[in-house]
Amino acid sequence: MRRPGWTVYGLLAAVVLGSMFPLWWSFVIASHDSTVLARTRFPLLPGGNFLVNAATVLDTVPFWKATLNSIIVSTTVAASVVFFSTLAGYAFAKLRFRGSKPLLVFVIATMAVPTQLGVVPLYQVMARLGWTGELTAVIVPALVTAFGVFWMTQYLSQAVPTELIEAARVDGASMFRTFWHVGLPAARPAASMLGLFTFVATWTNFFWPFIVLGPSNPTLPVALQQLQAAHYVDYSLVLAGAVLATIPLILLFIFAGRQLVSGIMQGAVKQ
Amino acid sequence: MGATTTAPPPPAPPVPAPPRRAGRGRAGRFGRLDARVSPYLYIAPFFLLFLVTGLFPLGYTGWVAMHDWDQIMGKGEFVGMANYVDVLTGRGFWRALANTVSIFLLSSVPQILAALAIAALLDRNLRAKTVWRMGVLLPYVVAPVAVALIFSNLFADRFGLVNALLQTVGLDPVRWHSDRLASHVAIATMVNFRWTGYNALILLAAMQAVPRDLYEQAAIDGANAWRQFWSVTVPMLRPTIIFVIITSTIGGLQIFDEPKMYDQFGRGGADQQWQTLTIYLYELGWTRADFGMASAVAVLLFLLIVVFGIVNFLLTRRIAHDEGRRT
Repeated sequence: MRRPGWTVYGLLAAVVLGSMFPLWWSFVIASHDSTVLARTRFPLLPGGNFLVNAATVLDTVPFWKATLNSIIVSTTVAASVVFFSTLAGYAFAKLRFRGSKPLLVFVIATMAVPTQLGVVPLYQVMARLGWTGELTAVIVPALVTAFGVFWMTQYLSQAVPTELIEAARVDGASMFRTFWHVGLPAARPAASMLGLFTFVATWTNFFWPFIVLGPSNPTLPVALQQLQAAHYVDYSLVLAGAVLATIPLILLFIFAGRQLVSGIMQGAVKQ
Repeated sequence: MGATTTAPPPPAPPVPAPPRRAGRGRAGRFGRLDARVSPYLYIAPFFLLFLVTGLFPLGYTGWVAMHDWDQIMGKGEFVGMANYVDVLTGRGFWRALANTVSIFLLSSVPQILAALAIAALLDRNLRAKTVWRMGVLLPYVVAPVAVALIFSNLFADRFGLVNALLQTVGLDPVRWHSDRLASHVAIATMVNFRWTGYNALILLAAMQAVPRDLYEQAAIDGANAWRQFWSVTVPMLRPTIIFVIITSTIGGLQIFDEPKMYDQFGRGGADQQWQTLTIYLYELGWTRADFGMASAVAVLLFLLIVVFGIVNFLLTRRIAHDEGRRT
């Protein structure tokens, strides 16, 4: 196939610059003194005030606590989603049991159900359990997802040779041992992608954590909301918070962006 | 449970596993029991969790909606349809509905067209193609809350960059926060910023699966690149486009983060000019502590999503069919 001309590259470069510019801009604003900003309205280069602004952010909202919370919640949810989805996907893809087909159809159908709209009773459940304001309220409802089960089922149905499972069974391995030593290792590529996407989705999630967590025990997006409510007019400060909260994911993107790209593309190809 | 859900791949008919006999291996009662019960144990966590944190709350919402129900005081009298009547006769619901649909249309339609265009560019035989793909995906890792903070600065009414640019080219500044439609455009821009590249990659993957000889055939028939795109690529992408539209409908009609964070008060503007249905739901339930009314809104929004989903599906199918026929 012929290499495309410069117009294609030019257009793509414009798109990529467009997707980077807002991030660059937030850093530029976040690294200036707000009084300087009032005078020279549109600096295009960063200033030297980022650390000062960042320090103020740390004083204003429980930023470290929020970061730690986000790490705890995202890691736990990602690990749990991977484990339980792989387990269920393995059962659907490789084990024979009565009702497996309609049950899998049910799982797939639930992906289209906007369960978020059950917030009111879910909040009541959490209040009854005494979990409001606790990370458990955010973690528990997210422990396993329909998408995860579907994704792992799709992958495992072609990744694990059935003979291998049968051989392990014939050798006398229990069902769970077989899963652990045959199913789980084979699931690794799809499982790591699922973990990655779950991590990003959990890290950026706002609606439910905002409702159920109090201001004293926030995740990062909830802390950003508090920062905004307290300091809206001071853009340098608010955007310093936005930059700080985004840095971990930018780092993740640098290391795992390639996997994110191929994950999205594989998800779409497997029809 | 994200307001904008992580888009799963197109739900496809599952490939049924070929029949086999697992579980013959272990002799004895334990082995047989193990083989029979284990599959159910493995899928149980999903079903239990979905029942308790998904299905039950969703169903119970309908029950709460038929009562006077205060967040603190708990259940009051049974009021039947009174909450629905209150919601449907008030101004708040209809305004929020109009805002939600307006923001949804402003974000989904341009977004899909842009994603198609970007996917078509990425589908060329590019040098360093992974770099370009990563480049368009970057906004996806930025939390909507952070996106909203950045864009509310860019779209600031008085000292925003967008207005400054408009003025340098001799146009009047736009009141992005006070004008209703302008605020919708700004919020839709945030959504488009985050999701266009993501959807472009989904479409790109589908494009690469289009058999190349279809293009050759079309070229022989005298179709130019533009014609090939609309007559070959787009019809072939139909299932993927439908999938992208349906997921963006489910997410888009529940939009919360971006409009919530568009100003510091989080109520959808001084005159609720960008208050969406989920913000309205939140206000009723957690600011006014009226769980009954909030639940009624949740049920109505649920029905709206179902209706939109079906209409979208039928419409898209029709359009793609027509395109296919014209070849």
